[in-house]
Amino acid sequence: MSFLEVQAVSKRFGGLLAVSDASFTVAEGSITGLIGPNGAGKTTLFAIVSGFEAPNTGEIRWRGERITGRPPHLLAKAGIARTFQIVQPFAGLSVRENIAVGAFLRHPKRAEAIAVAEEVAARVGLTEELDKPAAALTVSGRKRVELAKALATQPKLLLLDEVLAGLNPSEVRDIVPVVRAIRDSGITVLMIEHVMQAVMNLCETVHVLAQGRIIASGTPAEVVADSAVIEAYLGHGAATRLSGGAHA
Amino acid sequence: MTAKDLLPIAIFAILAALLPVFVTAGTWLNFAVFTLILCLAAQGWNILGGYGGQYSFGHAAFFGTGAYVAAILQTRLGINPYPGFLAGIAAAAVIGWIIGFLSFRSGLRGSYFALVTLAFAEVFRVLANAAEFTGGAAGLLIKLDVRPENFQFASRGVFFWVALGLVTVVLVITRALERSRLGAQLVAVRENEDAARALGVDVFRVKLSAITLSAGITGAAGALYAQYFLYLDSSIAYGTWISVEALLAPIIGGAGTVFGPVIGGIILHSLSEFTKSLVGRIPGVDLVIFGVLLILVVRFPPRDIPGVIRAWRKR
Amino acid sequence: MRAFPLEIVLESVANGLLTGAVYGLVALGLTLVYGVLHIINFAHGALLTLAMYAAWVAWSAFGLDPYLAILPLVPIFFALGYAVQRFVIGPASRGDDSNILLVTLGLSIVVENAMLAVFRSDTLSVQVPYAMEVIEVGPMLLSFPRVIGFGVAFVVAAVLFVILTLTDTGRAIRAVAKERTGAALVGIDVNHVYAVTFGIGAACLAVAACLLLPSFYVNPRVGNAFVLVAFTIVVLGGMGSVPGALLGGLVIGVVESLSGLYFGDSLGQLGIFVIFILVLLFRPTGLFGAKA
Repeated sequence: MSFLEVQAVSKRFGGLLAVSDASFTVAEGSITGLIGPNGAGKTTLFAIVSGFEAPNTGEIRWRGERITGRPPHLLAKAGIARTFQIVQPFAGLSVRENIAVGAFLRHPKRAEAIAVAEEVAARVGLTEELDKPAAALTVSGRKRVELAKALATQPKLLLLDEVLAGLNPSEVRDIVPVVRAIRDSGITVLMIEHVMQAVMNLCETVHVLAQGRIIASGTPAEVVADSAVIEAYLGHGAATRLSGGAHA
Repeated sequence: MTAKDLLPIAIFAILAALLPVFVTAGTWLNFAVFTLILCLAAQGWNILGGYGGQYSFGHAAFFGTGAYVAAILQTRLGINPYPGFLAGIAAAAVIGWIIGFLSFRSGLRGSYFALVTLAFAEVFRVLANAAEFTGGAAGLLIKLDVRPENFQFASRGVFFWVALGLVTVVLVITRALERSRLGAQLVAVRENEDAARALGVDVFRVKLSAITLSAGITGAAGALYAQYFLYLDSSIAYGTWISVEALLAPIIGGAGTVFGPVIGGIILHSLSEFTKSLVGRIPGVDLVIFGVLLILVVRFPPRDIPGVIRAWRKR
Repeated sequence: MRAFPLEIVLESVANGLLTGAVYGLVALGLTLVYGVLHIINFAHGALLTLAMYAAWVAWSAFGLDPYLAILPLVPIFFALGYAVQRFVIGPASRGDDSNILLVTLGLSIVVENAMLAVFRSDTLSVQVPYAMEVIEVGPMLLSFPRVIGFGVAFVVAAVLFVILTLTDTGRAIRAVAKERTGAALVGIDVNHVYAVTFGIGAACLAVAACLLLPSFYVNPRVGNAFVLVAFTIVVLGGMGSVPGALLGGLVIGVVESLSGLYFGDSLGQLGIFVIFILVLLFRPTGLFGAKA
């Protein structure tokens, strides 16, 4: 029984097959990456796992239990939290209140929820910003709020949709240890990521999605050497042109 | 909720309660009672519209239901007005729940929610105008029987305190909501539904709780209106005017704040009295001003005003 | 429910169709504005009231026949609509949906109550010689003003169709309706197109007002009666669809006429609201087509 199991999931939007017969698993306690070129269907797959979309076929299993099509708020309650690629702050609220919305899920009392929110803020480095309105933060700050809100629901599985996109290299360097610390605290992480340096650094296992299909799985080192993966990213014939120096 | 949260409410209630001691002129007290009733209706709207961001254009449906149920129970069934008052609140809350269930289940938001609530209120108005037990077009008269145990008071001052008491209770309820999980989730739904859902907020249930509470409060305003004026007809109880009043006050005074609807209600009705004293009783002039004020408040949100002044000074 | 002789029912249907065409015209302006600006214009009913008062003033002060009043009122209302969108709704709403909702509501409150202040709440009407004339069609007697209204409504719809399909302005309007960012990128002045569209919607109302006045009355709240009907038509016909508005108008006209026949006038209105609510509640996917 896997921790999270995606089994033969397909999703069609009109004439477009966004996800096609995708299967993969996520091991408990891991940081697993989901990578692939733009438009590969990663975000759709995330939306399906987190309950925002229902697949046309296939199913999702979570610790052996079938959770396909369950609405997002119940999945959050069960312990699956997600962030959005395009950050979705509660713009009119302060950072503290933003995070507290997540914390309220397991702490009905305001004082407790606020305490949890502040503690989570400290973990992602937002203590200084707690009283600022979410709308006033920098990109990096907003990404941290997005992460903190999800963390405050105290999930068992955290789905991160490109939390590093749009950050400069030094900001990426700052967040990488935060993600690792999250995993070390016992939360399994599944991340969509474009910043390969971070993927290589963080993930134990990587699944590569191209045109809606899983084309490769393995350690980061294995998949970047995989000729199918190179061709998916760089086009047909690219694998033979590049002789081994895999650094995407 | 802490003592600090309640302090402003207590100060407001105590200061306002002194009013009948100094002001004894009937017309002024009448004005004050009417204003408080509309503040109460607006406080109801504020829960759903201000905190939840679901703009209802049909709160008359709740106001009217509260008013009619309270009035009908005593005139037709001879039930004592106090339980009748509570029944009016409960009936309005039930109607709110039903309208909310149907609308939110269908995923209606924004303009569509506004339209559907408007239509529901109109349906009630047409029905109340046609049905027999509501008194039809002739309306419904509650028998004058001035006894405190009959919820009728010889002094307008007592009615003022009753209305003020209800407004104060709702101020406390609103403050408690702000400090509760439901309140936080409601605001989250207003700001971003998808983000709220991802954080485990059951958006449907939260909206449904909000509209039920909201409808109950506006229903209390309706029931109090019936009890104070002792007369109702369909265009008073279910008329568009009350839907508009309920929405204007919070928007002008500050939607999604505890005191917003009360401040807005007082501003609007003072303005309305002031206009009347200025131009005489030309109907409609006060509402023209309300409309202009609404547009201006949307154009220049009051929370931006300090910034605007600063920018202007710098020029 | 009573049984009526066939010719009475037929006549009721025919009258419903005739009224329905004018409803369609009112809805046309609303649906066009929705289709292009993606806003629900709550001031639509108030603008209709304003147009009806304008037509009434043209008749009572200048002796202008309401049908002839169409000629001056259409350009005036086009300009008015243009200005309202360009200088009030556009800037005040700052692109936010709920702001638009409130601004158009504010406008409707202003217009309606300004009419109340100026004309008081009395019901006014025009006396024209043909108001009571009837036209015999087979066994049915049809009211002359309504037949005219029917004909003109279709002419207006045809003109609108030609404008939208054949002129540059029409093409710009359709481009903005489909893809506002793209249209802006190819150099279309989106705010201008919005205002033109709003102007056309107001011009439709001016025509509708002139068609209604001979057989109807005007008071400050008259627009309210039409606006919910128009909303119903628009959701029924599909938000933003021009033929849908006309067809929806006809359907609603017939429904209103028949339910008035069977249930009496006051409950007759109910049929429309109930349809409205049911369509909103149970066909939301059709309604949200354009919006996520």
